Amino acid sequence: MSVHDFWTPFALEPFINALIIGLSLASIWLVAALGLTIIYGTMGVINMAHGEFIMLGAYSAWVMQFFIGIPWLLCLPLSFFIVGGFGWLVERGLIRHLYDRPLDTLLATWGVSLVLVQSVRLIFGGEPQYIDVPDELSTVMNLGFIHIPWMRIFIFFVSLGLVAMTLAILFKTNMGIQIRAVMQNKEMAASFGINSKRVYGLAFAFGAGLAGISGAMFSGLKTIFPDMGLGYVVEAFLVVVTGGGEVLGSLATAGIMGELFSVFSYFTNDTFGRFVLFVLIVIFLRFRPQGIFTPSMARR
Amino acid sequence: MKISRRTFVTGTVAAAAGVAAGFPHIYMKDFGQAWGAKPWIKKDGNIKVGMLWSQTGNLSVVENDSTQVSLFAVDILNGRGGIAGKEIEPVVVDAKSDIKVYSEKATQLILRDRCVSVHGSYTSASRRAVMPIFMKWDHLYYYPTCYEGRECMQNIINTGPLANQHSFDLVPYMVKNFGPKVYLVGSNYIWPKESNKNVKVWLERAGGEVVGEDYIPLGGSEFSPVFNKVRQQEPDWIMSTVVGDSDIALHRQFLQEGFKSDKMPIAALTTGEIETAAMGNEAGAGHFLSAPYFQTLPNPVNEKFVNDYLGSKYGGGGVTHYNMEETYLGILIWAKGVERALEHTGGDWEAITPRMIRDVSGNWNGQGPVGLSDEESPEGKVWIDPDNFNIWLKPKIGQCGSDGQFTIVKEADEHVFPDPFSIYPERGVCKADGLHKPDGTVQKDVL
Repeated sequence: MSVHDFWTPFALEPFINALIIGLSLASIWLVAALGLTIIYGTMGVINMAHGEFIMLGAYSAWVMQFFIGIPWLLCLPLSFFIVGGFGWLVERGLIRHLYDRPLDTLLATWGVSLVLVQSVRLIFGGEPQYIDVPDELSTVMNLGFIHIPWMRIFIFFVSLGLVAMTLAILFKTNMGIQIRAVMQNKEMAASFGINSKRVYGLAFAFGAGLAGISGAMFSGLKTIFPDMGLGYVVEAFLVVVTGGGEVLGSLATAGIMGELFSVFSYFTNDTFGRFVLFVLIVIFLRFRPQGIFTPSMARR
Repeated sequence: MKISRRTFVTGTVAAAAGVAAGFPHIYMKDFGQAWGAKPWIKKDGNIKVGMLWSQTGNLSVVENDSTQVSLFAVDILNGRGGIAGKEIEPVVVDAKSDIKVYSEKATQLILRDRCVSVHGSYTSASRRAVMPIFMKWDHLYYYPTCYEGRECMQNIINTGPLANQHSFDLVPYMVKNFGPKVYLVGSNYIWPKESNKNVKVWLERAGGEVVGEDYIPLGGSEFSPVFNKVRQQEPDWIMSTVVGDSDIALHRQFLQEGFKSDKMPIAALTTGEIETAAMGNEAGAGHFLSAPYFQTLPNPVNEKFVNDYLGSKYGGGGVTHYNMEETYLGILIWAKGVERALEHTGGDWEAITPRMIRDVSGNWNGQGPVGLSDEESPEGKVWIDPDNFNIWLKPKIGQCGSDGQFTIVKEADEHVFPDPFSIYPERGVCKADGLHKPDGTVQKDVL
């Protein structure tokens, strides 16, 4: 293999396309990581079942379309509520009892993920499933030399919308104020009459719901099968950890990671791009383990 | 407790004696053979055959079908009275999509269940994991999936296409009908890479050229960076060795990127009926697949096979695809091997060994290698190569229609020789007794 085979020379038009693809990748990783950011950032729970929540979102969209005939666009918000409800149950039944033992939440949620994958496989079978998306989203937008599939434009704007919604909920609503108060100091918040258990339950459900809607959205672009969660959870964790567990940190990290990966894989190839990206993240975390954005400290 | 010299010596001797009694293969080199003196097929028992597939885990997508079709084939044979009147008893185990479990279960099937042969594996990874066990016990494994070759072992029979047979016809066909420029996309593991080495050789002969080559991780489903380069390089067609769930994402995103299958089709080696069903009809339509078997093959044997299988209690999956058919052939070819072995021992069931079945499946007694005729095999006549124990077959090219089923657009004129070392002629030639190297030596068990 010569150097020329390995290295793609610079050309303006594909490079600009690569930058746009970077944005699209960033939006996919961001929306996959958003729910995890809430759960990890606010509650400190390392949710290993996050990828499986995404998978559940995809499967609930598929079930709604295949058995009931609900159109794909309507499946998205419904998946939010279905997986959110499921997340609420998981929190009530399991996570609630483990808040003082963060390492045990890791093991417990990993167990949940194994149970979910095997259950889905037993109920629906292991083979990949097909979901029908609107024809308008199955084509490409051509602007001169720029080509962007409508599906990716759609995912990009939905993920920005979800980030805006999350920020609005966290900073503009009573619920959000309560979440942030509990996040900073649970006992103090409780002594002011905030029901911290309820807040945790709702925050976990909200995070799970975000995973659900992202899974439903990915079902139009990627493959629906029981193990699909594995394909998202690594990037999601990288985004959350590098972003410091803050929503804006995740936004920035996903953007940078998406662009870096896209540009590297444009100049070299997919495998090498991934390799460089992961190495850069390891180096970055060596020197700044708290991530890009540091969570604000409680003032005591 | 204080350990005196005497108790220490006694203890050591006792422990050594225990180890020696418990693990005699430590000091007995030919223990396996000595142990194999117990008959594999008892005079008054059934013929036990192992089924080493995964019913759970990610490989179960394919291997569930393999299990079902194997049991279906055994049912057919037993319905005809078994092999020479003796019933076949399948021993099904679950390998759980885990390489370690494949090895454990292989040992169990050989030593505890005393199966006379084992059928199994969909991936090269699991085949390579179990083969040392089959070689250690001088046993016999049947591997039904397409694979990359470069192996020469004396304890395996393969019934799927080798890399050299797989793309042999496809590459010239695509170059002739669509043009010389090709972009190679594959999953990042051994089979796509070895397979693409073959593709490049055929491409050179057909006057084509590679304009790009990309591999994405197994299970990966993000193809936009690859498609960006495809758009830049403007190939005439895409050669895909992307497998499994990634393959579905590849075809869906191809469509979403605005590419057209009539302008720049994807020619694949593994996009079968399962995958086209899951990617949606629009995404599959117009693309090409090279395989020895398609569900739509227009011959009465295949029509009967499809109807019987889908109508049986095993046919819940709703399709028959190339890997299932190759598995089915594996069972039938195995049964013929056992018949010959029985003839070879003069009707003495207890003298049959796994290795004997393999040896008589090649050239034996002036009868040529075992094979299946046009009346037995859904894909048409096939036979085992008496030297390297892979299968002679006719690769076919199918074009996917808008219903997820394939139309055969070309069938090879002649059977293609399975050559595990086709692109490594310097390594030697694979014969029945091992790899004959250029320096005249013979190397056994080349894995």
